[in-house]
Amino acid sequence: MAEVAINIHDLWVSYNGTAALEEVNLEIETGKYVGVLGPNGAGKSTLLKVILGLIAPTRGQVRVFGEIPQKLRRRGEVVGYLPQRPLGNPHFPVSVLDVVLMGRYGRVGLLRQPGSHDREIALLNLERVGIPHLAARAIGEISGGEQQRVFIARALCVEPRLLVLDEPTVSLDACAQDDLYELVHRLKEEMSLTVLMVSHDIGGVARHVDDIVCINRRIHVHQAPPIGRLPLESAFGCSVEYLFHGEIPHRVVKVHDD
Amino acid sequence: MIELLSMGFLQRALLAGIMVSLLCGVLSVFVILRRMAFIGVGISHSAFGGVALGFLLAVDPLWTGVGFSVLVALAIEWAQTHSRVEEDTAIGIFFAASMALGLVFLHLSRTYNVDVFGFLFGNILAIGQKQVVEILVVTVAVLAVILAFYKELVFLSFDEEMAWVSGVPVRTLRYLFLIMLALVVIISIYLVGIVLVSALLVIPGATAQNLTGHIRSMILASTAVAAGCVAGGLWLSCLLDFPSGATIVLLLAGLYLLTTGVPWVRSRLGRA
Repeated sequence: MAEVAINIHDLWVSYNGTAALEEVNLEIETGKYVGVLGPNGAGKSTLLKVILGLIAPTRGQVRVFGEIPQKLRRRGEVVGYLPQRPLGNPHFPVSVLDVVLMGRYGRVGLLRQPGSHDREIALLNLERVGIPHLAARAIGEISGGEQQRVFIARALCVEPRLLVLDEPTVSLDACAQDDLYELVHRLKEEMSLTVLMVSHDIGGVARHVDDIVCINRRIHVHQAPPIGRLPLESAFGCSVEYLFHGEIPHRVVKVHDD
Repeated sequence: MIELLSMGFLQRALLAGIMVSLLCGVLSVFVILRRMAFIGVGISHSAFGGVALGFLLAVDPLWTGVGFSVLVALAIEWAQTHSRVEEDTAIGIFFAASMALGLVFLHLSRTYNVDVFGFLFGNILAIGQKQVVEILVVTVAVLAVILAFYKELVFLSFDEEMAWVSGVPVRTLRYLFLIMLALVVIISIYLVGIVLVSALLVIPGATAQNLTGHIRSMILASTAVAAGCVAGGLWLSCLLDFPSGATIVLLLAGLYLLTTGVPWVRSRLGRA
């Protein structure tokens, strides 16, 4: 049996008395590409924050590679993370390479400066995500899709075993979305990563991942795709219109007039 | 000009001015990038409460001012992280309350004299040897801390959540930054006073952002702007017999206005 990357046992998280997550039990094996689906406010981001060690569980136990997430966070060398909105200030005066180098800071440690070895790793990861030519550009002047690659390169600079992505496709157009799913898949193979990706995009996730977790405060489903309509509806709490082409669900956007 | 510089009080004023410009120039970049302009205003005005407390207790207003500003800075941060109060609301409340407290302290101490006016609007020409040493100590300490944690400060200004995930001690650094801000506010008070000190914490960074697109050159530009305006303002104020603090601030604001067109010109040139 493969090693366990994430093990969550009876996890409860509440904010000011309101439960965001209830009775969550989850086990993710190393090397899996896992999509986390759920409606707005379902606790997807909360789950990620618990795994990243940003929020302490109200109850229950969370282990990432057998360790407490808060401890892992302080070491800054196991989990690579792509936040949902990584660029708060689009005019922030740093270059692409500066941003990617930030991924090394956890490993470099306090009171020390990144050296030439760190720069090499940063450049290597820019190459991995296909944008080495943008290294010297200002982060604010490149396109949204390119920025997303920069932030993935930054996450890779941690030299992580687990890559966590929070809604990475939300601001991208359809082509850039597909590119991103494929990029993540390639990186996972190349660097033998475990990947956890939160998304709204049911169809996109179903096409690319090994495992799907449907969450709406509790975990409704955890299985490999294809995933049927009923489990999705039970997680989303509303009827979900899907057209099934073979085994892959597609969202019905518009019915064609023939 | 030469005769002016040979006078001791002007030498001291210039020396203190350059040191404070260095400090404010560097901090100002982080204040702008972290969108903390209002917190600078809040901390500097709350210093009034602390200074007035000094008058009431008949101790050096510098120490009560430092203590009070640091407390208010920490209280703003605490209120923001531990309750549902938004940061700007918290600042608004502490700012007003400490100004009011200052007035009450002054009333109780029954001193409504020129010293208070000096603290409100600054009197750089009255700086003595002791103040120059105080400013030197704060300058060395604050610049050392910024140099030591420079990469973390940039990281958390860029993306606090990500810095947090990467193991940066975000909370400690946030508090440390506020304490530095409070210290710098208090020692800058000799120069431009409580009311105008926020100008030194905001305008140099904002002007530098107009002039350059990279954080390192922004810090250089920001300190140059601050130092240039302090020295230039001092000279102009002697020439015109204007209040020195106000002249410095007006020069800063004028320079900011002059540079607002620069990003537009640069983007046009970049495209051409």
